Amino acid sequence: MATSTAAPDADRREPRAGSPARKPARRPHGPRRSLLPYLLLAPAVVLELAVHVIPMVVGVWMSLLELTQFHIRDWSTAPFIGWENYRATLDLNSAAGKELLHSFWVTLAYSVLSVGFAWLLGISAAVVLQRPFRGRAILRALFLTPYALPVYAAVITWSFLLQRDTGLVNHVLVDQLGLLDERPFWLIGDNSFASLLVVSVWRNWPFAFLCLMAGLQNVSGELYEAAAIDGAGFWRRLRSVTLPMLRPVNLVLLLVLFLWTFNDFNTPYVLFGGSAPEQADLISIHIYRSSFKTWDFGSGSAMSVALLLFLLIVSAAYLLITNRRRDDHA
Amino acid sequence: MRETAGERWGRRIVLTLLALFVLIPLYVMVTSAAKPLQDVQNGFTWWPSRPTLQPFVDMWSTVPLARYLVNSLVVSSIAAVCSVAVAIFAAFAVSRYRFRGRGVFSVTVLSTQMFPGILFLLPLFLIYVNLGNATGIELYASRTGLVITYLTFSLPFSIWMLVGYFDSIPRGLDEAAQVDGAGPLRILFRVILPAAVPGVVAVTVYAFMTAWGEVLFASVMTDEGSRTLAVGLQGYSTQFNVYWNQIMAASLVVSVPVVVGFLALQRYFVAGLTAGAVK
Repeated sequence: MATSTAAPDADRREPRAGSPARKPARRPHGPRRSLLPYLLLAPAVVLELAVHVIPMVVGVWMSLLELTQFHIRDWSTAPFIGWENYRATLDLNSAAGKELLHSFWVTLAYSVLSVGFAWLLGISAAVVLQRPFRGRAILRALFLTPYALPVYAAVITWSFLLQRDTGLVNHVLVDQLGLLDERPFWLIGDNSFASLLVVSVWRNWPFAFLCLMAGLQNVSGELYEAAAIDGAGFWRRLRSVTLPMLRPVNLVLLLVLFLWTFNDFNTPYVLFGGSAPEQADLISIHIYRSSFKTWDFGSGSAMSVALLLFLLIVSAAYLLITNRRRDDHA
Repeated sequence: MRETAGERWGRRIVLTLLALFVLIPLYVMVTSAAKPLQDVQNGFTWWPSRPTLQPFVDMWSTVPLARYLVNSLVVSSIAAVCSVAVAIFAAFAVSRYRFRGRGVFSVTVLSTQMFPGILFLLPLFLIYVNLGNATGIELYASRTGLVITYLTFSLPFSIWMLVGYFDSIPRGLDEAAQVDGAGPLRILFRVILPAAVPGVVAVTVYAFMTAWGEVLFASVMTDEGSRTLAVGLQGYSTQFNVYWNQIMAASLVVSVPVVVGFLALQRYFVAGLTAGAVK
């Protein structure tokens, strides 16, 4: 992280936009190498260890055990079986392996589309709300509301909208506009993927909006003035000023949104009432259901560890590629 | 720089579409909460045939909503307060000291938030169950277990946001206090915290919202006695009836406090994001 995280040409214009790592050395209050910072960190470290790090290590250990329902109350009795769980769940010729692969593709499509749309709506709103006008504050508050709602309240409302016989969506499409002759099902069958996607975009785009709005506050108006004097129109300003200045925000935002949607459990769980149809069988739901249906925690852990490894590789590749490109620019 | 007519109309169209997309579900939530049961059992109506507040009365007896509400309130408040307290000390250390492991700590803590929840769920479930069997400390299906779990969920982002806030407070203030003989903790409580009150409040609300909205662990780690709203609200669909009007009423009631809190503090969230992320 020693290189600049700011946009390539930001350093000249905005000296404050440097990365935190480049700040001059901090002056400690007490003697250097004192114990105090460690004491201050201790509660946070202990909690992180207890709830995140240790369970993760335990999870890896569990994935190597035959941890079926007979051993859950006392896991010390579970026999060690090495890679057997991985072999069984990741074997793409078996039924379980095929289901997992299917779930993986569904999740990947879901994440890419959801992040794409969320970003698109977020940047549109952030850009059109950049200049002050009457009612701006109200619109900004309105746009943030889906993100502030508890996820279950928001998703339950959507599941009401999407009910076949009593929902608003079919009422508008079939009864009022007459676009369809039959009332389609939205929460089972082929349409369930689209429904899940819309709900997820509705939930997530305000977060993109919030981050992009924060990012735009750092873009000075002078840049736009200069671009306008050079005769740049709206799209040209967007491409040459706004987007390059938002690059550092986008880098983090897209990765975070991708990881969140890839791990999404809440939306399908609440939308479909605990059992997602196969067209919308996201990977977290898949692991959850197969673990608690069969109480085979060993293979559930194996799938979770595989999921984690995949996400680590994707994140590392993403960071490597974006870092290299940034160095090319500099 | 003047706005062209095309830009103005583009802006209006974009804003209208976005506003409709956001508003329609909210509108349905609010109006359906005021509908009698037959309105939500037959075809959809845009307006209640006979506006009524009855769903807001009935929702308390169809499911034990009061118990779920108390559970959620207790768990979320305690988790939020503890999370912020822990985050304040950690953020103070990261912001004001250079020490070995500082970078590792920041990166590790932030990255745990990116990991799949399902990865922690199975082991944590087993740890809580087996710990209960072995020592009698009931973490599984107890509110204590939920508090401990939830407070770590909001911890990484809380620390990160507070570091941003603390960094923005001039170090000159610390040094002035130090000259007056104040120790580190005194500096934290007398100098830094008073200057970072908006940040601390915003982070508290964020931590509360995180716990208030959590579904995955709530669905596994609670029983009937410790059930929170996230799971409890699903109880309105029985095998005979789905009380959509009461579901909407209950959703509205559990949403209003967090939405109001979030919107009231939104500018501090933006400031926190700017401080933490954008620089």
